Amino acid sequence: MSAPFSWIEPHPHGIRIVPADSWIDPSQPVDKALVTHGHADHARGGHGETIATPETLAIMELRYNTHDGVVPVQYGETLRLPGGVDATYIPAGHVLGSAQILLEHAGERVIVTGDYKRRPDPTCPPFAVTPCDILITEATFGLPVFTHPPIADEMDKLLKALANHPEQCVLVGAYALGKAQRIIAELRAAGHDAPIYLHGAMEKMCRLYEEWGVSLGELRLVADHSKEEMRGSIVIAPPSALNDRWSRRLPEPITAMASGWMRVRQRARQRGVELPLIISDHADWNELTRTIEDVDPAETWVTHGREEALLRWHQLHQRRARALAMVGREEDAE
Amino acid sequence: MQAFAALLDALVYTNSRNRKLSLIAEYLRETPDPDRGWALAGLTGALDFAAVKSSTIRNLMKERIDPDLWTLSRDFVGDTAETASLLWPEPLSTPAKSDATAPLSISDVVKSLGTMTRVSVATDLPQLLDQLDASGRYALIKLATGGMRVGVSARLAKTAFAKAFEVSVDEVEEYWHALEPPYSQLFAWAAHGADPPDTANMPMFRPFMLAHPLEDTKVDLAEYAAEWKWDGIRVQLVHVAGETRLYSRSGDDIGKSFPEMIGALDVPAVLDGELLVRGNAQGGEEGGAASFNALQQRLGRKTVSKKMLTQAPAFVRLYDVLMLEGEDLRERAWDKRRSALEALMARLSANHFDLSQIVEARDFEHLAQIRETAREDAIEGLMLKRRDSAYVAGRKVGQWYKWKRDPLLIDCVLMYAQRGSGKRSSFYSDYTFGCWDGDPDDGAELLPVGKAYSGFTDAELKKLDRHVRQNTVNRFGPVREVTRSMVFEVAFDSVHMSKRHKSGLAMRFPRIHRIRWDKPVHEADRISALRELIKD
Ligand SMILES: [Zn+2]
Ligand SMILES: [Zn+2]
Repeated sequence: MSAPFSWIEPHPHGIRIVPADSWIDPSQPVDKALVTHGHADHARGGHGETIATPETLAIMELRYNTHDGVVPVQYGETLRLPGGVDATYIPAGHVLGSAQILLEHAGERVIVTGDYKRRPDPTCPPFAVTPCDILITEATFGLPVFTHPPIADEMDKLLKALANHPEQCVLVGAYALGKAQRIIAELRAAGHDAPIYLHGAMEKMCRLYEEWGVSLGELRLVADHSKEEMRGSIVIAPPSALNDRWSRRLPEPITAMASGWMRVRQRARQRGVELPLIISDHADWNELTRTIEDVDPAETWVTHGREEALLRWHQLHQRRARALAMVGREEDAE
Repeated sequence: MQAFAALLDALVYTNSRNRKLSLIAEYLRETPDPDRGWALAGLTGALDFAAVKSSTIRNLMKERIDPDLWTLSRDFVGDTAETASLLWPEPLSTPAKSDATAPLSISDVVKSLGTMTRVSVATDLPQLLDQLDASGRYALIKLATGGMRVGVSARLAKTAFAKAFEVSVDEVEEYWHALEPPYSQLFAWAAHGADPPDTANMPMFRPFMLAHPLEDTKVDLAEYAAEWKWDGIRVQLVHVAGETRLYSRSGDDIGKSFPEMIGALDVPAVLDGELLVRGNAQGGEEGGAASFNALQQRLGRKTVSKKMLTQAPAFVRLYDVLMLEGEDLRERAWDKRRSALEALMARLSANHFDLSQIVEARDFEHLAQIRETAREDAIEGLMLKRRDSAYVAGRKVGQWYKWKRDPLLIDCVLMYAQRGSGKRSSFYSDYTFGCWDGDPDDGAELLPVGKAYSGFTDAELKKLDRHVRQNTVNRFGPVREVTRSMVFEVAFDSVHMSKRHKSGLAMRFPRIHRIRWDKPVHEADRISALRELIKD
C-alpha cells in the first residue's frame, strides 16, 4: 500500500494522475490530458487525447483546432481511467463548459476545481459543492480586499453611463471567452434589447455560445458599421483593444473594463479605465473561503494566484493547507 | 458624503482636465452649503486633522483584521486609505437608519473629525466608518488624512469654481486666500450674488500680470521698457497688518520654504519679483544669483536647515509694486509704479531685495544685440513692458511681452515612447531620447538625456506613432523601447547637472523642434556636446 494521495502529483506544468499516466490542465503537450475549461492557461492544443466536457471540446476546437483524440464527458458522468482512477466532471460555474474534476482512487477523493465562481451566471450551470478529502483550489482573488459586488449593481453602472452619454458609446473590455458572453446575457436579462457591437475577435466565440443554447440577442460587428450608427451603444472588445488604434473608429468611447481587478482604483487607473466594472468569473475572497467551508476537505492545496493570504486564512481557521508550488518542490527533494 | 465620494471616484477615473472641471463644477452647483465648501477645502488640501494620521488607520485595521492579512492586502493595493476602505468590516446590521437620521454629510464628517483627539479617534472614527460604504469610507479616510491623489490642483479646483458660477477665476483667486473653509463668503458672493468679501486688510494673493511671447512683433522703445527676465521663480510678497506671505505664481503660500523672506518685509506692500538664491550665475545691481538648479534644491521643503539658509540664502529681485501702504497702485501706469518701486528700495533690506535692472538700448535692433548676450548670463531673456500699462491679472494683449533667448538645439536619438493621456491615450506621444556617450562607430551607447511630448503636429504624431509601433523591440507596461532609428532635433532652454539621469544631465523645457527623418542616427550629438552647454 503506497502513501496516502501519492497517486496525485502536482508539477509546475500540471497535476499528474500517476496510475492513469494522465495530466490535468497541462501546459505542455502530453499523451492524455483532462481539461477543466477552455481558457488558455488551462487548455492547449497538441495532446494525444483530450478529455473534457463537450462544450469545452467545442471551444478547444475553435481555438486550437483540437479534433483528434477527443473524449467528451458530460457533467455528472464518471469516466474510468487506466490504473483504477475514476474521473467525474462537475459544474464549476466559471464559463461555458467549465468543470471541477473529482478523482477517486483507492477510496481517496481529490477535487481539482479549475477556475470557479459561486455567483449565478446565465451562460453556465452553477458550481456544485462536492465532498472530498483534498480540494485543489484556485486563488486568483485570494486577498480579502477582493469582494465582487452583485453583478446587477455593475450592470446598473454600465447602463447609467450609457444613458448619460447618448452621443458616445461605452466600450467594455472583457475576455473573449466567458466574460463577454456573460455580460451580454446579463444585459439582455436587465432588459437592454439594443444591438450590441463586437470587436472582430469576439464574434466566433459568441456564435459558439449561441449554438450551445445561450441567447445573446442582436450582435453586430464594429467593422460593418459607421461611427454614427454606434452612438449610444455598448461595444465589447478584448482588453488589449481598449487603448489601441482600433478604438479610434468608435464614437468618443467611454472606456469600461469588466474585471475583478477593477476593485482596486490604481489598477483601473493604470489601464486608463474610466468606468471600472467589478465583474469576475473567479471566486472572490468570500466565495473562496466559503467554498472551503462548504466542501470541508481534510486538506486544501492552493494554486493559481495569490496563495499566501489563503494559506494564512487556513492557519487562522485551524485548517490544513499547502501551496502547490511548495508541494511540488518538496516532492522534488525526496 | 455619498455625493463627495462619487465625485472623488469620478475624478480618479478621468485624465481629462475638461472632464474634471465639469465634474467639480457640477458638484459645486448642486451641493448645498456648507457641504460644498468643505468639499472644496478637501480637494485643495486645505483641511488638516491632527488626530487622524495614516498610522491611526493602520492601528484601527489591525484590531479588526489579522495583521498578516492586512499587510498582504496593503502591499497589493499600495494605498492605506484604499486598503482600509475595502477591508473595513461591513456592519452586520445596517446601523439604526431610522427615517429621522439623515445620511452622513461631509459637513457632519468634517465637524466630527475636527473634534477628535488622539484618544477619542479610536472610537469616533469607527462610528463614522460604520455608516458608509466602501467608496464613502475611502473618501472619509482621504479627507481625514489628506492627499486626495485625484489629480486636482488647487488651481483646477478654483477654475472649476469660477466655471460653476460664471465668475472670473482671477477674482476667485483674489478672494480665496483671504477666506477660510468652508468659504461661505465666497459662495455667498459667487452663487448668491452677495457683495465680494472685504479683503483690504488681509495678506492675500493678487493674480499676477503675465506676458505674451513677442514672436515677430517689433516694439518701439519709446513706448516699451525692457528688463531682464530672470531665471528663478516668480513670487508675490505681501505684508499687511503685521503679517507677511510669500506666494508662488499659482497662488500657493511658499513661505515655509523661504522663511528668510517672511521676516524681510516690514513696509505694508504687495511686491512682484523673482525669487533667487545667491550665487554667481545671474548678475544684478546688488550682486549675483545662482542658477535655477541651485534654487530648485530649496523648493518644496517644509523645513529649511540653518546650513541651507547660510549656503543658499534667498532674495527677491523686484519687478513691480502693486500696493503700497494701503494704496492700490495697480491702475497706475507702469512707469509710475516703477518710480514708486525705485523710491521704495531705500526702505528695504539690501540682503533680501534688489531691483531688476532696466535694460537701456538705443533702439529695438540694439536691444536684439543685447539679448544675444543673455545666454552667457544664464537669464531667460527679456521682458518688454508698455510704459503706460496698468497691472492687470493674466495676459492682456499688447501690454507685456516676453522675448526669450533662442532655444538651444541638439540632435538626439529616440529611445523609448510612452502612450499619452486623454485624447492622446491611443498614441505613443511621450518620447525619451538620448545622446551618444562616445563615438557610435566605436560601439558607444545612447544615454537618455530628456523626455518631450510637444513640438510636433497631429500629422507628425500619427507618423511617429506608426514608427514606434513598427520599430518596437521591448515592452515595459505602457512603455515601448524602439530600435535606434530616429533623430529628433530637440530644443531646450538650458541644461544642468543632475543625479537623476544616468547621463548626469537634465534639460529644462525640452521639446521636439524638428523630426530629422533624414538624419542617420550615428550623426546625432554626443553627451559631451550637451555638457558644453551647461552654464551652472
Ligand atoms: Zn479560466
Ligand atoms: Zn485560469
